[in-house]
Amino acid sequence: MSALLEVEGIRKKYGQFEVLKGVSLQLERGQAKVVMGPSGTGKSTLLRCINYLTPPDAGTVRLDGEEVVPRNLNRIRQQVAFVFQDFNLFTHLRVIDNITIGPRRILGLSKTEARDRAMRELERVGLADKVRAYPAELSGGQQQRVSIARALAMEPKVILFDEPTSALDPELTGEVVNVMKRLASEGMTMLVVSHEIGFARSAADEIVFMDGGHILEQGPPAQLFDAPQHERTRRFLRMIGDQVGDAAAAGEGA
Amino acid sequence: MIWEIIWNQMPYLLHGLWIALQLLAALLSLGLVLGLALALIEIYGHWTLRWTGILFERVFRGVPAVVLLLLFYYGVTDFIEMSSFMAAVLALGLRSTAYQSQIFRGAIQSVPQGQMMAAQAMGMGRARAVGWIILPQALRHAIGPWTNEFSSELKATSLAYVIGVVELTRQGKYIVSSTQGNVLIVFGVVALMYFVVNRLGNWALYKFEGRITVPGFERRAA
Repeated sequence: MSALLEVEGIRKKYGQFEVLKGVSLQLERGQAKVVMGPSGTGKSTLLRCINYLTPPDAGTVRLDGEEVVPRNLNRIRQQVAFVFQDFNLFTHLRVIDNITIGPRRILGLSKTEARDRAMRELERVGLADKVRAYPAELSGGQQQRVSIARALAMEPKVILFDEPTSALDPELTGEVVNVMKRLASEGMTMLVVSHEIGFARSAADEIVFMDGGHILEQGPPAQLFDAPQHERTRRFLRMIGDQVGDAAAAGEGA
Repeated sequence: MIWEIIWNQMPYLLHGLWIALQLLAALLSLGLVLGLALALIEIYGHWTLRWTGILFERVFRGVPAVVLLLLFYYGVTDFIEMSSFMAAVLALGLRSTAYQSQIFRGAIQSVPQGQMMAAQAMGMGRARAVGWIILPQALRHAIGPWTNEFSSELKATSLAYVIGVVELTRQGKYIVSSTQGNVLIVFGVVALMYFVVNRLGNWALYKFEGRITVPGFERRAA
């Protein structure tokens, strides 16, 4: 059987600068992959190319064997949820309406169906008591958990996470990472751009290391973290390794 | 004596005010619908449409209101028959369109990019995202500047005087002419009537702004 998400030969240029130089990867159903690498290597651009928020210059993306083209884009996007670094909750809507707007307006669910689904997902991220709040009344960590609930409520086949904890204080990072770990263990298919070593080690099936617009190497966490093939990977891991202790201390496992 | 005249003439002044309010409602509505459309065209439209929109907006913001009134009344009525009231609605309404388009353009552009991105990422088409996500936020940003536009246009209705619309200012002038009344007192009363309507309108709009404000949208400090 073919992979759920197949990305092949993605290229993207900004002006003269080629951010992605032909990136290919596959994601099996139920798999969680974490993309790591120095900043500016095109990790986020890759994620945005997958759902065409940034249309790639070349390459193809297939979801469940169906190639993404402009015509089916909105239908594909309903099945590929995206979690943003800066949350992007709809500012004018209460938490509940942020989550129901997609199922109601896009998937055509009834008001009660959408509401039930939203409550289920809010409970999953531990925020059932914030139904009536507006995004501005929540902490960053809570906002990100609501945005994960919003993603889940679309019942997507895969969720793309674009540095979901980078805008958060270390103490708020933990609550988001915990939600993500639980999703991974429940078999959610996830592609995560993140430097959260704790999440990568314990929840990822595979780590993808990117540098300079290429995938340099990929493999299971144990292999990639403990026996990286490339010097570039080793250097990068040493660098963020210095922060692992801090992250653990700051309650990554909390 | 002069107060007695004012009292007797009050029905005419109120009728003039009523005409002014009709003119105001008509020109603001025209400006609201076309201004919003123009703003959307300037932001999301094809470049040819955008260019036409910008040209329209520059012309109507760059020509004095009185000149526009004269152009529409004496110029356009050569080709299409219309009342002075209708000419005033068009001249001032199209001018308000140009101003309101800039209010709405600024308001739409002040909605962070991420909002549109998040909407599109869940499979919402662009037009729906504008309707469900962008405009509800933009209108909250727009209402402050729009209150300003309301005040300006209320006062601008008095300019329709020059093409013979019998609104509040012209009624005042009639009273002065027909009674040799005291100019200062008659126009003082007229001024007070504009002022009261202006404050009432502002009060109502602030009220409305307060009602639609949600956390995350700064409220003006009284």
